[in-house]
Amino acid sequence: MTAVSALPTRQALIAAGERPRRFGSWYVAEHRIRSMRAYATTLIVTSFANPAVYLFALGIGLGSLVNRSSGGGLGYLAFVAPALIASAAVTVAGEEFTYPMMMGFKWNPIFFAMNAAPISAYQIVNGMVIAALARILPTAAVYFVIMVLFGAAPSGVAVVQVLTAALTGLAVGLVIMPYTASIEEDKGQMAMIQRFGILPMFLFSGTFFPLTQLPVGLQWIGWISPLWHGTQLGRVFNYGMVEPAWLTVIHLVYLLALCAVGWRLARRVFARRLNK
Amino acid sequence: MTSTPTVPSLVPPTVRPRLLGALYAGNARAVVSRGALATRSTNYLVVLSGFFEPIFYLVSLGYGLNKLVGTVETTTGQPVSYAAFIAPALLAVAAMNGAIYDSTWNVFFKMNYSKLYSGMLSTSLGPLDVALGEILLALARGGVYAIGFMIVMQVLGLNLAWTAILALPAVLLIAFGFASFGMAVTSYMKTFQQMDWINFVMMPMFLFSATFYPVTVYPPVVQVIVEALPLWQGVELVRGLTTGALSIAMLGHVLYFAVMIAIGLVFTTRRLRALFLD
Amino acid sequence: MPQAVISAARLTKKYKDFAAVDGISFEVAPGESFGLLGPNGAGKSTTMRMVGAVSTRTSGELSILGLDPNDAGPEIRSQLGVVPQQDNLDQELRVRDNLIVYGRYFGIPMRAIGRKADELLEFAQLADRAKSKVDDLSGGMKRRLTIARALVNDPRILLLDEPTTGLDPQARHILWDRLFRLKEQGTTLVLTTHYMDEAEQLCDRLVVVDKGTIMAEGSPAALIREYSSREVLEVRFGSDRNEEVAAKLAGIGERHEVLPDRILIYSENGEAELAKIHAAGYRPITSLVRRSSLEDVFLRLTGRSLIE
Repeated sequence: MTAVSALPTRQALIAAGERPRRFGSWYVAEHRIRSMRAYATTLIVTSFANPAVYLFALGIGLGSLVNRSSGGGLGYLAFVAPALIASAAVTVAGEEFTYPMMMGFKWNPIFFAMNAAPISAYQIVNGMVIAALARILPTAAVYFVIMVLFGAAPSGVAVVQVLTAALTGLAVGLVIMPYTASIEEDKGQMAMIQRFGILPMFLFSGTFFPLTQLPVGLQWIGWISPLWHGTQLGRVFNYGMVEPAWLTVIHLVYLLALCAVGWRLARRVFARRLNK
Repeated sequence: MTSTPTVPSLVPPTVRPRLLGALYAGNARAVVSRGALATRSTNYLVVLSGFFEPIFYLVSLGYGLNKLVGTVETTTGQPVSYAAFIAPALLAVAAMNGAIYDSTWNVFFKMNYSKLYSGMLSTSLGPLDVALGEILLALARGGVYAIGFMIVMQVLGLNLAWTAILALPAVLLIAFGFASFGMAVTSYMKTFQQMDWINFVMMPMFLFSATFYPVTVYPPVVQVIVEALPLWQGVELVRGLTTGALSIAMLGHVLYFAVMIAIGLVFTTRRLRALFLD
Repeated sequence: MPQAVISAARLTKKYKDFAAVDGISFEVAPGESFGLLGPNGAGKSTTMRMVGAVSTRTSGELSILGLDPNDAGPEIRSQLGVVPQQDNLDQELRVRDNLIVYGRYFGIPMRAIGRKADELLEFAQLADRAKSKVDDLSGGMKRRLTIARALVNDPRILLLDEPTTGLDPQARHILWDRLFRLKEQGTTLVLTTHYMDEAEQLCDRLVVVDKGTIMAEGSPAALIREYSSREVLEVRFGSDRNEEVAAKLAGIGERHEVLPDRILIYSENGEAELAKIHAAGYRPITSLVRRSSLEDVFLRLTGRSLIE
């Protein structure tokens, strides 16, 4: 420790703040990724086992029933795979944008510790998003590799799905984030998000069958669901599903818009909660 | 033994030799009623939400895939609609999930964090009282979910035979099996990371156990493996009862769960005694 | 007084209609050890959060190292070390990793941070616990780790919010020793406390805060001189009789305070006053003569005890 005597000059003070101002978001992400290491084995095993199990059970197992009845035609495996890869990204987002928020504000209030260092509220939000992406992107990439091994990705541009799936996960995560970050007391809200948000979204977003198979009264769930837009986008790339170009654009714009709005709201919630 | 009226005897008035000695005080009730009280302070919506999970699956897949799949044959060769095929499987899964949640994560927290069991076992309760009490609680929850789901199946016309009513005791048996086995496994767990492995087992079992399609789509080797899984046994048992496709093999499924319950209880009791009483 | 490192003028923080901090003014000189003394809810923590540039003031002026926290939050926080009331160490990381991760927030390069972490673990007497989980540390160790973490950026000002609340006596003394060393090295300390012994041990100068306003200011000795007598005689006549007896002791000592369990008699010579009481024919159950403390200053200023 060095003894501190004279007051620093204004320039020296501004200079000391420069690195945190520029790289703060990355420091937060670095922190979060370090704490993920405790779960590394689980994360790695899940990211390989999940796609194998789901593609086998649903793509091939359930697919054999569907293909038999609908007389072949479009392979069910190629149809369901884009939904599964997007769902996997959503699942990871559902973990990264729920409990870690409650954790950082309440159970182990490290967000306040970060903020007491030169890190701003918006940098904490960015850092958490970057860290989530650091899990979502590899998950989607591994998923895609296993899709290829299963022969579930026929198109040459199918690899774009890694990005569309990650975007879907991010959109869901950023919609959840402003809410989970504002929870003051855990009364099971996280379980409710899972059961009344993520699960119905997984089941009613045209994942296992085209949305049109559902009664019109239930189809709206798909229209507002980021997972449906992400899945349809994935299908366009995975096997060249035919849909009007404007619809493809809508899928993309919708997902981007959710991200932008969620991100902004999350920053506001964080700033308000940290500045008490 | 002589005792004066002023000095109460330290020996309990009736000491009858008990079958299980120090393991069982015949008071699992106390553990159950403590659990029932604790449930009061939890969020009812969260408890209730567990009931919706299988219904979401049923509505989604039952509606959405009905036309695409058409009819499916049960193990006995009886053709049924796709919704009628998956409904009993979801019922068995609901029982399993309710039982597993209460007997794994809940038990894990009580054992390692709230230190509830060491407190209980410092009273006159024995390890078997605790094990039985916790398992009965898990059963109750699984049973409530199952009854609700049965009503939904009845309303949607997915109970195809009168034997469907027998699915209720069958579901309780299944829940009992999973709860006692789940608690036994949990009693050996030390860390969160180890607990994650339970999910690794549950998830594929949920997908592979003839839940969404008959086991015959697999190659013969895989079929044998799947048929050894408890969930497949449970699904087959319940499906036979709700669709009326009865067979002698169902007795085998019942026996399977009886053995599972016994193994679970024995190991849980031994482990709790080793952890808290030795 | 040299140029102040912290200067607050009419500093105010309102939550809706409630003023947690109600127009307080103070200055802290470089190297000084400055205390905010007051009961729970006096506005100490809110003041600390404003000085820590994490809570926006409602009105008034505030300048830290010549910068306004409204524009230069990150720059100010780069020069501060903060020890919050509740430990907020990262329980998912091990002891040493907590220091490393925190150092990164100040932009300290990877190369330098490892050495710094080891140095701080040594200072906090935690070198042998580097690989422990945070949860396995005792309360005193967690506090020391939090202080080590606050020092990772060689702060010019260290903010400590009730640093020893909840610690056992031995852990408090170890902590005071560490803080005293920092003070010797020239670090400016700002601390809140509701323990007068802590304030007397650590503070060169302090303000007594109550209900969001400053009641008095000065060094511990000066405050005691100004607001209390040299000695205090404490006498007990039993909970039901204190009030009644106190009324009859008028004229003994300079001043009385009647508490539910005892009577405090302020005087330059406590033994002499005790003799007068005996002479008057009263026999207290217990009696005690002690030196005046900041507790007495607070009682005088507010009519209430510090710790309730």
